[in-house]
Amino acid sequence: MKRSLFGRLWPNATAVVLFIGFVFPVYWMFATAFKPTGDIISEDPVWFPTDVTFEHFRTATGVDHFWTYVTNSLTVTILAVVFSLIIALAGSFALARMRFKGRRGFIIGFMLAQMAPWEVMIIAMYMIVRDASMLNSLVPLTLFYMMMILPFTILTLRGFVAAVPQELEEAAMVDGCTRVQAFRRVILPLLAPGLMSTSLFGFITAWNEFALVLILNKEAESQTLPLWLSSFRSAFGDDWGATMAASSLFAIPILILFVFLQRKAVSGLTAGAVKG
Amino acid sequence: MASMTVQTERPPSGPADVRKGADVVGSGRPTQRAASRAGALGPYLLLLPACAATVLLLGWPLVKDVLLSFQNLNMAQLIQHVTEWNGVDNYKEVLTGEDFWRVTLRSILFTAVNVVLTMLLGALVGLLLARLGKRMRFTLMVGLVLAWAMPVVAASTVYQWLFAQRFGVVNWVLDKLGWHSMADYSWTSSQMSTFFVVTVLIVWQSIPFVAINLYAATTTIPTELYEAASLDGAGAWRSFTTVTLPFLRPFLYATTFLEIIWIFKAFVQVFTINGGGPDRLTEILPVYAYIEGVGNQHYGMGAAIAVLTILILLGLTAYYLRIVLKQEEDEL
Repeated sequence: MKRSLFGRLWPNATAVVLFIGFVFPVYWMFATAFKPTGDIISEDPVWFPTDVTFEHFRTATGVDHFWTYVTNSLTVTILAVVFSLIIALAGSFALARMRFKGRRGFIIGFMLAQMAPWEVMIIAMYMIVRDASMLNSLVPLTLFYMMMILPFTILTLRGFVAAVPQELEEAAMVDGCTRVQAFRRVILPLLAPGLMSTSLFGFITAWNEFALVLILNKEAESQTLPLWLSSFRSAFGDDWGATMAASSLFAIPILILFVFLQRKAVSGLTAGAVKG
Repeated sequence: MASMTVQTERPPSGPADVRKGADVVGSGRPTQRAASRAGALGPYLLLLPACAATVLLLGWPLVKDVLLSFQNLNMAQLIQHVTEWNGVDNYKEVLTGEDFWRVTLRSILFTAVNVVLTMLLGALVGLLLARLGKRMRFTLMVGLVLAWAMPVVAASTVYQWLFAQRFGVVNWVLDKLGWHSMADYSWTSSQMSTFFVVTVLIVWQSIPFVAINLYAATTTIPTELYEAASLDGAGAWRSFTTVTLPFLRPFLYATTFLEIIWIFKAFVQVFTINGGGPDRLTEILPVYAYIEGVGNQHYGMGAAIAVLTILILLGLTAYYLRIVLKQEEDEL
């Protein structure tokens, strides 16, 4: 089938338009962050920044408690991801490799848990945390974030564990490994892509979380970056340069992780492990 | 790059390969029998931390929410730490009030519009990806991934800047296109314009998930099917409706279902763009529950609204949920 010139052109033309549509907001965020204020508030937009300034980044990071927010966000996010990985590894191994009563029930339970409407339950979570006198603490945040990403982590890792050929594990056990050793030396290294992609998802979820920290932590010392970012506009009025610099700073770790980890997650580690 | 799709949020269908692995262990070989009997508790022990966490951190808030919804809990009771049960009063007040129904209807319409737009445009972009040449496809994918990866709070801040009344790019473009009344337009001043901004934001961020996954799904369609169809004299449109569409149907169901859940709970986008305003006219159910409960300090009422919201969400997704659960039971 030969396509007409028009038939070959329109997909590419549409793709270019779409590309611009999807990239522009991200581009505009970075562009605004680096433009001098005069170029930001100009009657006609300055599409390509010619003078580059770091002043907006200085304003954004110069806010009181900025580094506290950064530390808090990193602490909460990393701990939540690590805890959920550890808990999920054990659970997913059982679900993928063992046969026992109620297995199906567990899987369905985690599936339902994955759909939990967290945004709607924040009042109850607030009451629980308040009754435990844990408001303005990072502990409840870490625990709840861990729970938000746990079902997805278990279910996804289950798929990855199941995909590791049973023969590899058996071969290791024939060679004298215990089950735990076989798991640690054979399965775990092969799970790397799975661990990467689940931790990527978990990191994004916890890093972005807004509704819960908004209600639980009212004191600046215990707040995280999403609150800093959302309060930026009211605090700085219409300082769009600083606001966009803040947005850029907040988005960069996620954008980098997404691009970087995605590559690794893709590499098929199991591909050559068992030769047929 | 296409396989980022599979892991990011796997549509809830059990991997078929689990079955193979599961039978081998535990029951079989005589040498292992004794050990396996001792290890019969093994799987439960392994699952214990996950289950304990789920019960404590998810189950307990759910139960607590239901309990709170039967209590008269306002600022006074909150400060004095007293529990006043008031039966179904909260529900009566919520359900007989006009606000709740208005917000519910608004939420459902809001979800419907966003899901339809996301699925339709996402599917079209996905099919376009399948048609593009390698280089162009990669370029568009990069754009999609960038939009997808943008953190929601950052994205909503950027959208406020794009739609800013003064110096916002959108108003500038509309003005240049000849729509001069938009030159100084305040997008947050009315209900519809606020919803417009929120919708553009949500659809922009949701399309990549649908498009990239759909493209990945089309690559798994065996080419023999197309060849057979064209041997039977099917044109482009017929082979699309007889081969592509049936093949993608399960995927489309699963994605629609996920999008309904995500968009129905779109608290952050609505809250950050305009706080449910102007005049509380853009509150959707999760925002309504928050503002009634926490903002106006009627915690019991807020909890009742939350319970009702969860029930509505269950109702909206019940049809698909049933399919998934049945399918899981058959597969496991």
